[in-house]
Amino acid sequence: MTGKPLTVADYPLAENRPDVVETKAGKKLDDITLDGVLSDRVSLEDLRITDRALRQQAEISTAAGRPTLAANFERGAELVDVPQDVIMRIYELLRPGRAGSRQELLAAARELRETYGAEGVAAFIEEAADVYERRSLYKKRF
Amino acid sequence: MTDETQARPNRWKRFSDWDERPLRLDKFAAEDAASGFSAFKSPFDPKPGLSLGDGVVESMDGIAVRDFDMIDVFIARYHLDPEIAPEAMAMPSLEVARMLVDMNVPRKTLVRLAHGMTPAKLADVVSHLSSLEIAFAYSKMRARQTPGNQAHVTNAKDDPLQMAADAATAVAFGFDEIETTMRVARNSWSNAVACAVGAAVGRWGALFQCSSEEAEELKIGMAGFTSYAETVSVYGTEKSFIDGDDTPWSKAFLAAAYASRGIKMRCTSGAGSELLMGFHDRKSLLYLEARCLCLQRAMGVQGTQNGGIDGAPVTCTVPGGMRELMAENLIAVWLDLECASGNDARATESEIRVGAKILPYLIAGSDLICSGFGSILKYDNSFNASLLNGEELEDYLVLQRDFEADGGLTPVGETRVMELRSRAVDAISAVLEELGLAKPTADMKLSVVAASGSDETRTFSGRDVAMISEAIYERSITVIDVIKALAARGFTEEAENLLKLVRLRVSGDYLQTSAVVRDGRIVSAVNNPNDYQGPGTGYRLTDERREEIVAIRDVLTRQEVLRVEAAFRPGEVTRVAYRPTGPAAATHNPKEVVIGISPAFGLKLFQTVAGHPLSAILRVLIGGITEGGCTARVVRMRHTADTSFLGLSAARLAGSGIGIGIQAKGTAVIHQKDRLPHNNLELFSNSPITKIEHYKRMGLNAAAYALGEMPEPVIVPTRGEAMGSRYHARVSLIYAIETEMTSEGAEPEEIDVMFLGAAA
Repeated sequence: MTGKPLTVADYPLAENRPDVVETKAGKKLDDITLDGVLSDRVSLEDLRITDRALRQQAEISTAAGRPTLAANFERGAELVDVPQDVIMRIYELLRPGRAGSRQELLAAARELRETYGAEGVAAFIEEAADVYERRSLYKKRF
Repeated sequence: MTDETQARPNRWKRFSDWDERPLRLDKFAAEDAASGFSAFKSPFDPKPGLSLGDGVVESMDGIAVRDFDMIDVFIARYHLDPEIAPEAMAMPSLEVARMLVDMNVPRKTLVRLAHGMTPAKLADVVSHLSSLEIAFAYSKMRARQTPGNQAHVTNAKDDPLQMAADAATAVAFGFDEIETTMRVARNSWSNAVACAVGAAVGRWGALFQCSSEEAEELKIGMAGFTSYAETVSVYGTEKSFIDGDDTPWSKAFLAAAYASRGIKMRCTSGAGSELLMGFHDRKSLLYLEARCLCLQRAMGVQGTQNGGIDGAPVTCTVPGGMRELMAENLIAVWLDLECASGNDARATESEIRVGAKILPYLIAGSDLICSGFGSILKYDNSFNASLLNGEELEDYLVLQRDFEADGGLTPVGETRVMELRSRAVDAISAVLEELGLAKPTADMKLSVVAASGSDETRTFSGRDVAMISEAIYERSITVIDVIKALAARGFTEEAENLLKLVRLRVSGDYLQTSAVVRDGRIVSAVNNPNDYQGPGTGYRLTDERREEIVAIRDVLTRQEVLRVEAAFRPGEVTRVAYRPTGPAAATHNPKEVVIGISPAFGLKLFQTVAGHPLSAILRVLIGGITEGGCTARVVRMRHTADTSFLGLSAARLAGSGIGIGIQAKGTAVIHQKDRLPHNNLELFSNSPITKIEHYKRMGLNAAAYALGEMPEPVIVPTRGEAMGSRYHARVSLIYAIETEMTSEGAEPEEIDVMFLGAAA
């Protein structure tokens, strides 16, 4: 990757910039073949998106005039390495009445920030913690 | 006295007729803003407004920041662009509305302004537009240039064999996305595998989702079986949102989670949901929906499934409801969101309302015209019946052809469909066997391949399916296992296709706005942006695409008409012979009626449109005239093929002054020599429903006129059939054969008619 952000002209990356696309294990798109799957050289792990790919797509969204979409890709990039059960636990916690107090959400934010470096998502949850308090969402729902 | 004693009717019976029409199954609601039944405007809607202090929102749509609910907070923080808002909010709504329908104002300019508009402002602007203007603006503002469509693929038995066959069929008809769900929640894994395999038959690229519980859906996606999700619902009031068990932050977190798994995602919102959930805050449907849509852009989702959706039926009970659904879709695309534009939950029992509902979308185009066209039969639709279903799919194909509009679908021939269905059933059977999940029998497979719906299949029991599904889940079977199973059993193409679909995740290109896969390439709002700027721009059918769309089945050609007629000839020549005996002249026999036959009658054409042999018609016409006490003479006209002139010319030759004119297609007239051409005595204009007995009575009446009597005219009863739609194409082709044989000034020819053998 050059330092310059990707633009609309680079899109779709798989067609126009295959040089910048690779899996977490460093495989290129051309390595992901049926033969590769059949000989176990390609696993489900190789068919996952990477944080880098999401940031690249964020650059393209920004260039296309879609800053909010880019922001979502940025948050997604931070969550790529967060395990599924953690994701589902935090999602559950964000639902109304699940967290009994602001502290529970702040703890989740801290976990994301400290364990996974998910700074943006952590700030996002901290923001929710404030709003939930103001809107009385820490009430237990039956 | 009788007038007074007879009971006076108290009802015009037409109302009883109307009571019986499907329309009357629809219930309509009175406009009542306080109860939430108002499409565009409620007295409780806020006035558009925004005040900023130092670039920070202080109040929005009449609500001060301290009183903001969660939705307001989220919109103010993430949707509104403070750089644009002052300019956008200051523009008169009417002026912006005009810009929306002004082809000279580029889409980009309007999208930029939307980033600075509050929900009330967006709603206010679009409420200035008529339905036509909304449709036009939608066509101009939608994000991706090329239109597309989405199918539901489900069945009442959750049968994986049928699921695969129907998925392959939907893909063949051109759907860009297919969505499944199940009758029994635990069958989700089986449905997902079956649809994923079926959708890999024939071509690759149809995106696929399995609508289920949020956590389950994400798991299925993680296993690689699905490629998109759209069940992330948002609502326009805080109480509905909470009742829906979410908040803007929980849903936005989920949106980021989907992105992190490389799965395309859109939210769902639609008018009427707050009404159905009982928390409408007395606001208009459009205003609440504008909030939902601003929220979705704020969350950073690429698109929305929008346009009533499950709330469409209740929205359509309100005055202006259908216009409102279009208006909310317009706000969605104006906010630069991909729009899967509803047209799914069947909002009416009236086929006329169905057709009217879909038309603006068909001609305007949409990213996904239906967010669930029921590609299967209504009773097989586990989401409930769609606006359009398997029953009506051909109607939709014809609408595309009628309006030369790309509705995203392509007609497919019978042979091709059978090949694909067989292949899909074989492929999923191979996967089930190879993975040790089930062993479908030959009878199961055969019944599914031919079945229109699950009523006709002999397949797995509900218990079998649940066991298949649970085994897939418990054994952690992933798409990799399925790809391997396909390859191991020789379904190499399907294995490749499925792999290509999952491989889309690596680059994430299909996460961008409005992305679909066409011919193996990603097409989205990024590389295929809608650039409409008036005629000659925007989406246009290419010649190739037009060819595809017009190629519906059973199209009549001249060759086909001639072939059918020729096939009738051998029978007719055994029944009748026409021997010309020279030029026909007028006679003075007052009891003579002349039958003027058309140029191709019995020479190139041998049956009426109703299918009666011409020999039989001629036989009863002559029989009727004779029975009526007159004599018949047959003359072939060669100067005209027009019914009126055939009759009038015949009348002028007849001693009685009465003639019958008859075309080979069966249209017949009784004429009198001194009348104006189109002022005949009797006419059978509807030849397709004219029976032999009518011709017999025509012969009798002609004789009666010749004898100076005034008979009861023969009426061919019609029940209002659309004769033109049924017959005019064929009639025109047949009639052209007649007119080709005419020549100006050609003399009428006396014909000696000989009936051979028995009547047909």
